[in-house]
Amino acid sequence: MGDPVGMEVAHVSASGMGGIRTAGDLVARMQISRGMKIKEAKEYVAGKLKVSVLDLSDPVVMGEIRQDLNIGTMAPFVGGAKGIEAKLRIAELLGIEINCVNKFKDKVKW
Amino acid sequence: MKRFHIRMGDGSATELSESELKRDLEEGTRDAAERAKIPPLSQNELAYLFDVYSSPARFVGVDRGNEVIFSYDNGSAKSREDITEIPLHRVQEAQVYEKFLGADIADFGHIDYSFKPVKSIVTFEQQALEYALLVTTVPMFYGSQPNLGSYTQPDGPCPNPMELLPQGKIAEARAAQEEMMEHAVKDMVYVVSAMYESGADGFNFDTAGAAGDADFLATLRAVEILRKKYPQMAMMVGIAGEFILGMHGELTYDGVRVAGLYPHKQLELVEKAGATIFGPAINTNTDKSGAWNVARAVTFVKPCVENSHIPVHANMGMGLSGIPMADCPPVDAVSRASKAMVEITRLDGL
Repeated sequence: MGDPVGMEVAHVSASGMGGIRTAGDLVARMQISRGMKIKEAKEYVAGKLKVSVLDLSDPVVMGEIRQDLNIGTMAPFVGGAKGIEAKLRIAELLGIEINCVNKFKDKVKW
Repeated sequence: MKRFHIRMGDGSATELSESELKRDLEEGTRDAAERAKIPPLSQNELAYLFDVYSSPARFVGVDRGNEVIFSYDNGSAKSREDITEIPLHRVQEAQVYEKFLGADIADFGHIDYSFKPVKSIVTFEQQALEYALLVTTVPMFYGSQPNLGSYTQPDGPCPNPMELLPQGKIAEARAAQEEMMEHAVKDMVYVVSAMYESGADGFNFDTAGAAGDADFLATLRAVEILRKKYPQMAMMVGIAGEFILGMHGELTYDGVRVAGLYPHKQLELVEKAGATIFGPAINTNTDKSGAWNVARAVTFVKPCVENSHIPVHANMGMGLSGIPMADCPPVDAVSRASKAMVEITRLDGL
């Protein structure tokens, strides 16, 4: 994506996965941690979540799954994992290393 | 005769007949194919584009299941009071991108978004990034531009090649660019290392090649050094334009002359250097229709995706890859460009 601010909403509505509203951040994690292309990354995440690839971009399905797994949601529930707490769970769920999670663990002597 | 509502490359509206629309699509793909010596779009792909551009719908989108990953550049400094007059802190803006705008990979950066100014305030940037990482869930890149121009006098240490070239001082201009590269590589390695040590999920080298072949080569060299230093780090290299300008003209990377490379050849060097995401950028011609521009942009990006071993995220902001050169690109133009790019090239993200 790029400058300026005028086209984000149109782009995301037309072709975006949706980030934390769906499973977009999880698929992105596989692209950046394992270099997976989009098809492989989606299939990997769908397998881990035990859902179909189509479900990954569905905010209703993924909202419930994210809440059940406590991996961060758009509108976090009381006591739900937020920020770095959610990323700790995501690293475990996807079987990947997350740089800031590792730094956090070091700091708190996890 | 039926006429179709089409945007020009500057965002203004026009109307084209069926034959004019088909002509624009064919000329757009032919222009890219001839310039980069790559295949033009097939008749089926042109027919698909015709359907997209002849649709009366205000908004179009990809089929379910075809959605892709969205990464950003300078995504944390667009709502500043000095840009859109919304006084948000960068961390808050990153949260807006995450919660409201559906960003899959957020971006964090300094308002100048260049390595040289960031170097002198890097500890403040680390502090802000560390806080942002605590309160966000999506992956977060730190981003900056190589911006070789910032290393020229009077603000920088090197003579300005743009002043030397008109004087016929070719050797001096080349020497200045080589010196600028040395400074830039050091700064890039320094800043990226600091941000990675603070926990960034990766780094966005944005607008690489903006100052020409030396700018692009400096980025490749920095990526190569950083790949050895941090084998697991994600690095996205986004390019400034469709063609690497030969401001130096004789620079090579791994035996390949850098000047004159089109996206599918840029990709090969970016992969070789060790980057993990490639961001091709295709210029938008404001005098041509959106249909012409998108057919052309898709033609350039398609071979990148076919030949890549790493994810490809096309740059599709204002004035790039068929998006009109307008502060508020109309949604009819953006959604058509977005759908066409994703569904024809099958790329990994934008």
